[in-house]
Amino acid sequence: MTDMIEVSGVSKSYGGVVANHDVSMKVPEGKITGLIGPNGSGKTTLFNSIVGYHPIDSGSIKFEGQEISDLRVQEIARLGMLRTFQQTRIYSKMNCVQNMLISVPHRNASFADMFKKYPPEVTERAEHLLDFVGLYSKRKLISGNLSFGQQKLLEFAMALMNEPKVLLLDEPTAGINPTLINGLIDRLKRANTEFGITLFVIEHNMRVVMNLADNVYCLAHGEMLAHGTPDEIQNDQSVIDAYLGAH
Amino acid sequence: MMNKFTLYGLTLAFGILGPILFPAYMSQFTVLWLMVVFSLTWDIMGGQMGYNSLGNIFFFGIGMYVCAMVQVGLYYDLAAYAAHSGAVKVNFTPEQYFTGLALGTITAAIVAALLAVVFGWIVFGLRGPYFAIGTLGVAIAAGELMGAWDLVGGGGGMSLPGFPGDSDGTAFFYVLMFALAISTFLFLKWLYASRFSLAINAIRDDEEKAEGMGIQTKRYKTVAWSISAFFLGISGALFGNMTGFIEPLEVAFPTVTFGIFMVLMALLGGKGTLWGPIIGAILFHVIKEVTWTYLLGWQWVALGVLIVVNVVFFQQGIVGWMQDKWPEKFGIEVDTQLGANDEQQTEAVK
Repeated sequence: MTDMIEVSGVSKSYGGVVANHDVSMKVPEGKITGLIGPNGSGKTTLFNSIVGYHPIDSGSIKFEGQEISDLRVQEIARLGMLRTFQQTRIYSKMNCVQNMLISVPHRNASFADMFKKYPPEVTERAEHLLDFVGLYSKRKLISGNLSFGQQKLLEFAMALMNEPKVLLLDEPTAGINPTLINGLIDRLKRANTEFGITLFVIEHNMRVVMNLADNVYCLAHGEMLAHGTPDEIQNDQSVIDAYLGAH
Repeated sequence: MMNKFTLYGLTLAFGILGPILFPAYMSQFTVLWLMVVFSLTWDIMGGQMGYNSLGNIFFFGIGMYVCAMVQVGLYYDLAAYAAHSGAVKVNFTPEQYFTGLALGTITAAIVAALLAVVFGWIVFGLRGPYFAIGTLGVAIAAGELMGAWDLVGGGGGMSLPGFPGDSDGTAFFYVLMFALAISTFLFLKWLYASRFSLAINAIRDDEEKAEGMGIQTKRYKTVAWSISAFFLGISGALFGNMTGFIEPLEVAFPTVTFGIFMVLMALLGGKGTLWGPIIGAILFHVIKEVTWTYLLGWQWVALGVLIVVNVVFFQQGIVGWMQDKWPEKFGIEVDTQLGANDEQQTEAVK
């Protein structure tokens, strides 16, 4: 089994605040990897470092063996690594199908492709994926008018449309009602097994992450605290202390 | 829209019959189509892509000057010609005139488009109001620089070759400007039906997300601006020749009149729509001409009131307002079950 993402010794600070210090971790191919940690522990910073939103201070980040820490966001996205946002981000004045269409992979897009129309099979795929997340009946609606939960599902479908190799999800279930969460967990698992997409998930909801992930990393105060299977993490005294604030 | 063909028919009829029925207003009609080109090209960036440029007039002026330089430079020593500021009568044969005009217009379009690539490379790092001010700076600087360039007559400007024959060319330039407006419209109609429109709409809605999805945002932005510049370059070339005399501040780079008008017209008609800029341009031009004629002395006040009313009460513009009012006519679906809530969603996902 190979590692999709390999982070070694990554540090990042904003001025005097050290957000990540000497963080190392691996995301194995074809698996679901979870990342947990109390608020302010540097999870989103690590995400942003991996997908290229900001330069890192030191360390190395590899994607399929290729060093990516000096690449820009678009270049990394075109390699096949995609992220969704904690605050859902969609193209709010376009309808759902349009949101999906523009999310096709841009890996090999040539100059002339800019002026082409979408072939019917692409539209079909867009509608199929909207059906997959349960938004088919809403496909012609302006996406900005959808509820927050629906927008999250749309963002997830857009990510699938992009055919990524790895998908980084920043709190996919935040702000979604509990019943819908089960449906979403199911969709995430199916994306992993049916579409073969490696997942790397930040999640606050312990029930979700324990249910979903094959192995879990825990960050605290910007440092990697623990790593193991969900069971091991749940029973790790240092993790419990980090969450409950023991000293 | 069901009345689409009616709209095409009316526009064509107006374009053809207007100057025939009212020949005295022919130059006014030419300027009207120029305004349509202005607002259509502004809307590519400002409306569809969310980049409010205040400096698009730059490409108009560049087109005007490049065309003039080619027209004169083909047959005369440009510096000597410009030094006399047109006081020396030079005679262009009809063949020279039309060859120069054709080559000049083509060069103007290409140079303007290339300059859009160059300046795009610099100013696309700016977002929001900074982009607007940055582009305005480019246009103002260009006017000042042209004014200091003696080869093209400096601040005194230069006159262009006269239209051959007895006619002053008004009808000729009317036809060209009308054709340009139609071509711009048809090109944009084609462009907005391709994935280009979705990409620039995505940049408008959330550029960071678009980058995160791997869209080549810089490529789209550069091409979008080049397209604007291409048509603006042609319009500048034509307008310069129609006027017969060009100078940097009032004719070629009028940032506070034409440069701002193009923004206002697109806002008035409804930015981000295909027909909005056209309707806005026509309405704006008519209002402007009427106030200039009947409210002389108060015309700028009237224009100011129009701008304030537009921006404060009517931000989405005429077509935008119509889309809100009758979405089904524009092919926009609205959820009829109000409160499209997560409960239904839960059902769907289960």
